[in-house]
Amino acid sequence: MKLITAVVKPHRLDEIKEALQAFGVHGLTVTEASGYGRQRGHTEVYRGAEYTVDLVPKIRIEVLAEDDDAEQLIDVIVKAARTGKIGDGKVWSIPVETAVRVRTGERGPDAL
Amino acid sequence: MAPAITLAAEAPKLSAANTGFMLICSALVLIMTPGLAFFYGGMVRVKSTLNMLMMSFISIGIVTILWVLYGFSLAFGTHNGLIGWNSDWFGLSNIGLTELWDGYTIPIFVFMVFQMMFAIITPALISGALADRVKFSAWSLFVALWLTVVYVPVAHWVWGADGWAYKLGVIDFAGGTAVHINAGAGALGVILVIGKRVGFKKDPMRPHSLPLVMLGAGLLWFGWFGFNAGSWLGNDDGVGALMFVNTQVATAAAMLAWLAYEKIRHGAFTTLGAASGAVAGLVAITPSGGAVSPLGAIAVGAIAGVACAAAVGLKYKFGYDDSLDVVGVHMVGGIIGSLLIGFFATGKGQSTATGVFYGDHSFTQLWKQFAGVGAVLGYSLVASAVLAFLLDKTIGMRVTEDEEVSGIDQAEHAETAYDFSGTGGGHIGGAATALAATETKKVDA
Repeated sequence: MKLITAVVKPHRLDEIKEALQAFGVHGLTVTEASGYGRQRGHTEVYRGAEYTVDLVPKIRIEVLAEDDDAEQLIDVIVKAARTGKIGDGKVWSIPVETAVRVRTGERGPDAL
Repeated sequence: MAPAITLAAEAPKLSAANTGFMLICSALVLIMTPGLAFFYGGMVRVKSTLNMLMMSFISIGIVTILWVLYGFSLAFGTHNGLIGWNSDWFGLSNIGLTELWDGYTIPIFVFMVFQMMFAIITPALISGALADRVKFSAWSLFVALWLTVVYVPVAHWVWGADGWAYKLGVIDFAGGTAVHINAGAGALGVILVIGKRVGFKKDPMRPHSLPLVMLGAGLLWFGWFGFNAGSWLGNDDGVGALMFVNTQVATAAAMLAWLAYEKIRHGAFTTLGAASGAVAGLVAITPSGGAVSPLGAIAVGAIAGVACAAAVGLKYKFGYDDSLDVVGVHMVGGIIGSLLIGFFATGKGQSTATGVFYGDHSFTQLWKQFAGVGAVLGYSLVASAVLAFLLDKTIGMRVTEDEEVSGIDQAEHAETAYDFSGTGGGHIGGAATALAATETKKVDA
């Protein structure tokens, strides 16, 4: 199994969710995140005091996938997340040893 | 304040209209203090929100009691030019319900409670300069001492029938000197003693909620009509209405001026700038609104908007941590408003005194204004610094650095301003009785 993590622009969440559902993914986890890459941040000004805000709001999507689906799933996410402008984010995957569905105790791919 | 109405033959009679109007104005002035709490509370970081709100709220509690006990008597009794006294007013123990405020058409009780609201908000104004770092017990004691040693005498100078500044002819319609310069200079005195916040000029200290700031500014603007128009103590000659109009006009002008300054200097029309500009205008028109024309009010507001927008940057240059710009807005705005009377007074408002641009183009009124501004500024600055020094050497003014960094709300109030986590954020601790009481209402941990 693989854990696919995507850190992307918040307003792409709905497209990504729909694309993943169409692909047949049954569950995912979303957290609010902040960070920066090449986009860097922006400047804010409060009573003349300028602040450079370099952490930009992002969302982090985590999906577990079977090994055979992983590359294709990554492509689905990348396609749905892309706007072509700087700051679109990153997607990566790492191997996962095991997964358990808490309710039933099913293990491995059955738990997905 | 209005000079006593001197009708040729008969003494003033109680006016139900003026009495009702003044009671409503008193309530309007009260709402300014919670408004100020929101204005300041939104400007601090999340971890100090409750402390900021409470610094204003506690003033309502403390000052109300002290004002009834002795504050009103010391501020408004007739004694000498520096301080007042009237034993009948001590504890409000011997005032008849229909006994009129001397020369006016409203009862003493009404005047007393109207002035109480002024005495409440003035120390609360100082709190904005002390964000994030002052022990709540020390602040509470400071409010009581500052009211007694600074506010009460200064109010007497400016508004007491035998106060020296009042008799000299210094014009302060509703508190440019007694409230705003007084609070602003007091704030400066205190912060010079207690020092900066941890991380000042280094850590980002963004306002955590500009909507709260706007809400507070709105409440202040609304309540300020009572503060300003009510300061004439009645509506028999239209001066109160002039003040009402000028309050609106100057505030609008100052908001626009601040925004224009910001757009040119910093490239954006900021929300905080709009709120700050409005408050700067309200401050500047407070002393001057009864003396100037509506066109004069536009000038007063516009000048104050630009001057205060520029002044709030000085703290970074000189390194004093006037956290939420009490000095930059209230002291500077109060000085601007008080001195501009010396230029823009038409002689057709609250008195016949004219400024440089009107009448015989005399500088007389301007020098009087300088005297009032200088005396209040100097006295409040020094006396407030001494009070802060004494408190710091005895009970200590500041929380520990650890408490300040991790958040004064938790250290001083044992609460958190916002819980958006949805997880409850902890378990119920404490005595068994507390657990029993919450058994049916468990925190969703």
